[in-house]
Amino acid sequence: MCHGDDAARAANARAVRGGPLAGVPMLLKDNICTTEFPTTCGSKILAGYRPPYDATAVTRLREAGAVLIGKGNMDEFAMGSSTEYSAYGPTRNPYDLGRVPGGSSGGPAAAVAYGLCPIALGSDTGGSVRQPAAFCGVFGLKPTYGRISRYGLVAFGSSLDQIGIFARHAGDVALAYSVLAGPDAYDATTRLGDAPDVSGWERGVEGLRFGWPENLWKEGVERDVIDGLSSAAEWLERAGAKRVPFDFLPGEYAVATYYLVATAEASSNLARFDGVRYGFRHEDSDDLRALYTRTRSAGFGAEVQRRILLGTYALSAGYYDAYYLTAQRARSRIRHEYHEAFARCDFMLLPASPTLPFKLGEKTEDPLAMYLSDIFTIGANLAGIPGLSVPVGLTASGLPRSVQLLGPEDSEPVLLSAGRAIEMKGDQTKFDHRHESEFAWPTKR
Amino acid sequence: MAYEAVIGLECHIQLNTRSKMFCDCPAAFGAEANTNVCPVCLGLPGALPRANRAAIDSALRLGLALGSTLQPESVFARKNYFYPDMPKNYQITQYDRPLCEGGALPVGAGERQRKFELIRVHVEEDTGKSFHPERFGDHPVSRVDFNRAGVPLLELVTQPVFREPAECAAFLVGLRRLVRWLGISEGDMEKGHLRCDANVSIRPAGDTKFGTKTELKNLNSIRGVEKGLAAEIARQKRAVAAGEKIEQATLLYDADHDKLAVMRSKEHAHDYRYFPEPDLPVLRVSAAWIAAARVALPELPWETERRLETEYALSGEVASIIGADREHVRLLEDLARAGVSPRTAANWVANVVIGHANRLGIDLARFRERVPLGPFATLLKRVESAQVTATAAKGMLEDVLDKGADPAGFVSGGEAVSGDDVLLPLVRAVIAENAGPVEQYRNGKTATLGFLVGQVMKKSGGQAVPQTVKEILMRELGQPAER
Repeated sequence: MCHGDDAARAANARAVRGGPLAGVPMLLKDNICTTEFPTTCGSKILAGYRPPYDATAVTRLREAGAVLIGKGNMDEFAMGSSTEYSAYGPTRNPYDLGRVPGGSSGGPAAAVAYGLCPIALGSDTGGSVRQPAAFCGVFGLKPTYGRISRYGLVAFGSSLDQIGIFARHAGDVALAYSVLAGPDAYDATTRLGDAPDVSGWERGVEGLRFGWPENLWKEGVERDVIDGLSSAAEWLERAGAKRVPFDFLPGEYAVATYYLVATAEASSNLARFDGVRYGFRHEDSDDLRALYTRTRSAGFGAEVQRRILLGTYALSAGYYDAYYLTAQRARSRIRHEYHEAFARCDFMLLPASPTLPFKLGEKTEDPLAMYLSDIFTIGANLAGIPGLSVPVGLTASGLPRSVQLLGPEDSEPVLLSAGRAIEMKGDQTKFDHRHESEFAWPTKR
Repeated sequence: MAYEAVIGLECHIQLNTRSKMFCDCPAAFGAEANTNVCPVCLGLPGALPRANRAAIDSALRLGLALGSTLQPESVFARKNYFYPDMPKNYQITQYDRPLCEGGALPVGAGERQRKFELIRVHVEEDTGKSFHPERFGDHPVSRVDFNRAGVPLLELVTQPVFREPAECAAFLVGLRRLVRWLGISEGDMEKGHLRCDANVSIRPAGDTKFGTKTELKNLNSIRGVEKGLAAEIARQKRAVAAGEKIEQATLLYDADHDKLAVMRSKEHAHDYRYFPEPDLPVLRVSAAWIAAARVALPELPWETERRLETEYALSGEVASIIGADREHVRLLEDLARAGVSPRTAANWVANVVIGHANRLGIDLARFRERVPLGPFATLLKRVESAQVTATAAKGMLEDVLDKGADPAGFVSGGEAVSGDDVLLPLVRAVIAENAGPVEQYRNGKTATLGFLVGQVMKKSGGQAVPQTVKEILMRELGQPAER
């Protein structure tokens, strides 16, 4: 869902010359507000909606000289793992057009994989950057919660959402992170103090310990995914890192916890889409109640309605304690378990997704199977820690393989160094990207 | 059986901060519709709230004045319900962890003081304002003005401590005085700066159990609170007397027709699905912040009233009139500092100044612009030293307020007259002109003497000293006849 040359030219005219991203074309997931493009969140209910303001992340990109070329498709309101739940049609995986690019940030991931732009922004509430990055064979960073301002990111699950970065190289992720990360007076949940310095992304992994929670992929994980993990682990060891095997079990209740917190927050965040002030309005409404119900029934897709109902239920009188409050307690425990794991290692290696990219239509009829495919990514959102998807080459059938690195809060420098170490060994892509090094860090790649 | 009412109040205080609760938009009233708005207070997709420190400061001032426990950590929450004047379809408020808990509002001073206990005071945002029904061509339309959306409010919830509507009115008068005194709100109920909902139930007098309560909304004046509650209490008593059960409900009071209408019955009660606002961190109020607020806190109105009684020996009545407004106290004390005796100053403020200000519809700041402190103090000192009579001084004050006379005239002129040389001709003229009353006086109706004194005063332009006039009159008229 890229917009045309006029918009790009207009944006170009505003780009700052000489900034760290001077002239770099960039794509934004369609839930990040910009003044020059519509922001639809992949939903009919925001058809044609054009925000009157720029997201803080967008302002920072502009100040750094980036050129915004358009918006990327997504699952409606970021609710999905395949970019099939978009009111504007599905996005396909550039490696196999019969397969999904992952989701919900499938559009930006596919665009970067195919070479439409070197860097793109997505959002990650439960893996929506890391999983499509894995499916499309590109780097995908979900930063520490509060490191990149959410101001102007249309909220799904406010306590989980983070803007994330797609790029084909670890260094490009680091570059964009250095521009975007840092406190913002417009987002009270941003962390105070400077963001960690990621300029040492080529530092290597000598002496670092990486956790190897092998129990996580004992069952339900595809062979190719496990092979990718093994390759990445060997490469890290050869680069001087030390493997620390241990059992790690937060997955047991993470999915339930995640779907309670995310849907509860979403049910409230999405209440504002009611046809009164902006976006789609069902015109055949005689009274207020009809306006609300008809607008929302016709404007939201089935998956969004399903999650609003789930979240509304979880917050209802009489159920709040059993669901929302219990989920909050479980969340504290999950955070604690990650904290303990990182006492034993500097970062952890695990799958980004239990499967390789699946076929279009394969899971749309089974929401629960779709939810379970988030099992390796939602922990980072619940714990507020950063995660990075790193490509580890292609399978025999030519599909991308990836691993996920998780670290404690503010461990972005470590994750990017480790990602870079894996990148140095892997055979990354089948696409020929000729403009690669024109906009990179001043150091050579 | 005798029944008593049990009433609890929920008051909303609109703060007078410069900007709104969660954005930089002006909180001011009166701008063109939908001009004081931004992505945050319009609830546009992606916009996020950020708490206004000045509003928290106001909440701390009120909490300290009421003796509430100020929580070092409190939590914003979302109250979810759909309404077109609420841009996000949830209101950011506080729920299970409010900023201020407990406390009480003292009403009256000294022996007559009552303390009304509170449950809590918390911070929240106001909604926009709906206007309906209006017409656009053939269609009825509603319009919404979002200028008020996001204006900071404090919600204050009392314990169910009231038994009579009059107590509620006294409480509201006290609350209005306090918020104005602290400078945190204009406190005008008619303008919606102060709003009040009431929960009311009845029970057999002396019972400790509560009856089923109803909630009364739309009480938009202190008089309306009293009348609405009286109507609802009467309705509940009638229902119980007729053997009916009271149903839990939310009622609207129509003050113009003194009527109650059911707005929502129990089955339609909202489930607000409160949960902690994830866009705002826990509100942390440091000990240093609280200490600074405490230092900045003025003497509280009930403390001032007490001090006026003890330090200046004012009557309870005068002290409560003066203590109703911080500006009254300020004028009294400024006059006292300028050398007027506090009692004279108090009597003038309570009996003269407030009356003129009310009559002219001006506040004391405007009064003081028109009647500067220096000349006013001089005038009152001249009254005290009997250079000017009180009557003459009042006339001079009126001339300044109503006829644009120069207050500089307070310093000289209007001298009291007490010499026979001036007064005797006036007295004789009055006796000559008032044969009837003079006759009555001589026949023993001594009360007419007051009338005759008044006539002489009039002739002297108020400058005659009344006591002297009376003495000369009595001398001239001779003793009245015995009856």
